[in-house]
Amino acid sequence: MRQLLVTAACLGCLGVPASAYTVYVSNERGNSISILDSDTLEVTDTVDVGQRPRGINMSPDGKRLYVLTSDDDHVEVLDTATKTVTGTLPSGPDPELGALHPSGNPLYVANEDDNLVTAIDVDKGTVLAEIPVGVEPEGMGISPDGKVLVNTSETTNMAHFIDTSSHQIFANVLVDQRPRFAQFTNDGKYLYVSAEIGGTVTVIDPANQEVLKTITFDVPGVPHEAIQPVGIRVTEDDSKVYVALGPANRVAVVDGKTWEVMDYLLVGQRVWQLAFTPDEKYLFTTNGISNDVSVIDVASDKVVKSVQVGQQPWGVAVSPN
Amino acid sequence: MTDSPQVPMAFRWATLALAAGGAVAPLAAAAAEVVATGIIRVEEKGPLPLSRLRLPPPDLGFAGAELAIADNNTTGGFMGQEFTLATAAVPPDQAVAAIEAMAGEGVRYIVTLADADTTLAMADAVGDRALVLNALAPDDRLRGEDCRPNLLHTAPSRSMLTDALAQYLIVQRWNRWFLIEGSHPADKELAEHYKTSAAKFGAKIVEERVYEDTGGARRTDSGTVQVQKQMPVFTQSAPEHDVVIAADESEVFAAYLPYHTWDPRPVAGSAGLEPVSWSSAQEAWGGTQLQTRFEKQSVRPMRAEDWNAWVAIRALGEGATRARSTAFDKLTGYIEGPDLKLGVFKGDPVSFRSWDGQLRQPILLVAGDMMVSVSPQDPFVHQVSTLDTLGTDQPETKCKNHG
Repeated sequence: MRQLLVTAACLGCLGVPASAYTVYVSNERGNSISILDSDTLEVTDTVDVGQRPRGINMSPDGKRLYVLTSDDDHVEVLDTATKTVTGTLPSGPDPELGALHPSGNPLYVANEDDNLVTAIDVDKGTVLAEIPVGVEPEGMGISPDGKVLVNTSETTNMAHFIDTSSHQIFANVLVDQRPRFAQFTNDGKYLYVSAEIGGTVTVIDPANQEVLKTITFDVPGVPHEAIQPVGIRVTEDDSKVYVALGPANRVAVVDGKTWEVMDYLLVGQRVWQLAFTPDEKYLFTTNGISNDVSVIDVASDKVVKSVQVGQQPWGVAVSPN
Repeated sequence: MTDSPQVPMAFRWATLALAAGGAVAPLAAAAAEVVATGIIRVEEKGPLPLSRLRLPPPDLGFAGAELAIADNNTTGGFMGQEFTLATAAVPPDQAVAAIEAMAGEGVRYIVTLADADTTLAMADAVGDRALVLNALAPDDRLRGEDCRPNLLHTAPSRSMLTDALAQYLIVQRWNRWFLIEGSHPADKELAEHYKTSAAKFGAKIVEERVYEDTGGARRTDSGTVQVQKQMPVFTQSAPEHDVVIAADESEVFAAYLPYHTWDPRPVAGSAGLEPVSWSSAQEAWGGTQLQTRFEKQSVRPMRAEDWNAWVAIRALGEGATRARSTAFDKLTGYIEGPDLKLGVFKGDPVSFRSWDGQLRQPILLVAGDMMVSVSPQDPFVHQVSTLDTLGTDQPETKCKNHG
């Protein structure tokens, strides 16, 4: 009997393809996390969490998912092995988006209602610092070396550059209206900031905080007001930049060198956040109005599937293995 | 003065270091360039609203302007710009003196909450000495034959409001309207706009009825009993209709219509489903943040008048930020130009129409405690901006005096 079981377990191990990652999607209205298998592209589980889960971050070891439950004013820690919420972290009021230090600690959280960025020690469960920023902080990006944190404030329309050792702002760059997201390239040379109302992505040189280019979008047949860039992801080699265009229901594919738009991919309705699988086979998009995620095949830039998840999907994160 | 020459210091704002914990404090106060704004509320001795929930708070409008000043000064702190606000609440016969006094003190941007004639008198009194931003008067003539070069409007025009409601009713296929209008000139004017909107979007007015204002006190101790008897009788024998449209800007009867009509029909317009520029129920597009910021500041819900004043001053802030200048010509040039894209928590970015100075904006449709919809509605398209499906478009404008 024991022999049989061991054999079965081993077969199971061998049978799992290397590309099977776990995809986590926060459902803002559903108060839940949908869990998908990146191989079968099916929902395998749904876990109830606190109220209004928005931004989610995966720990580098894949063991913990940090869920920013905005209406509960804290961060919930989801143990990915047991799929249960094992604890909470103090985040300050209305946490919306977070950025995790490359080392996995601390977690930086934008407190949308309080004009603050809170730095949280995820191991000790304590607040390390509260950094005052502009009105309605939202977008959070961290440099690959973890030295620079960038926060965007939606009403002040700036990207605030924060030194993570001193927790002080050292530069502010004006971008277009309602900046929502900040993303560094993997080589750390460029920073992309999306502006939802401005309809643009600003390319900034983080070394001197100079604006290098403002990327604009033009989708035939879609009114300009509907082009509202939010989430941004960059491929590991920095060659392609994906930008979620909100109610335009498109993801723009931008050349990482020329910053020209190469393609627009039709996805679900009101696309906001994006996440790659670690092997960059797929890019997942959260479509808040159609209650689904679209799966983009990165090599071909084709949308290969849409998967129904919970109510009003918002954030997305993928396990490292 | 606000016309002081701009210090040519490229990217100065980009590298301003912050004082510890001082993101919101004005930086380098001595060097900050000041943008002096003002707000004047002209207080008519009008009758009280029918519902006590709608009694005007003492800081109506002012509170919205104050919040915008705080918002502007957060960005301004990073930019070396500082916004100030002067306030005045005056009776109609002192309105012109009040705006003269403000302009005399160097205030060049003045938000007004006044009726159409008083707004015009104030705009004409200051001429090119100040930009006037109308945050109350809905009269289309201020955007038409009576438009002024120094007058912008953040309050939506009547035709924008009636178009917004009409679009929604058409989408719902509630095409047959029973129009009930008040007996005051403003009510008649509003009723005319409902008729125009009906024709524009394809609704039919099956009957038009006038509710005479016979005067008397608004509210009496046994009023409810009478209303329950009077309103069904007043609304009986109307032809088949899908919806009752109330045109009652004077607030004489519309609030009595819902649940008192002879036929069980929804009420829209001046009661029931109301088209408004803002409502404290609005939570979409980050609206909650604006609501909570306002409520923290003023300890009451944000009203449309507050929002109209807020957006006026926020537009000035955006102008100063983007033009990187507080010089009058540069700032006004930017906000009246094609590049303004102001986020106002209603989804689409807003800007001013070049032909009449009206802020193009989405209109909220609100019933009771909830927002029901936002116009423009999807099926209605426009060659330039869908927002221009609401109100007077460029080809129809009667304004010859703006821009």
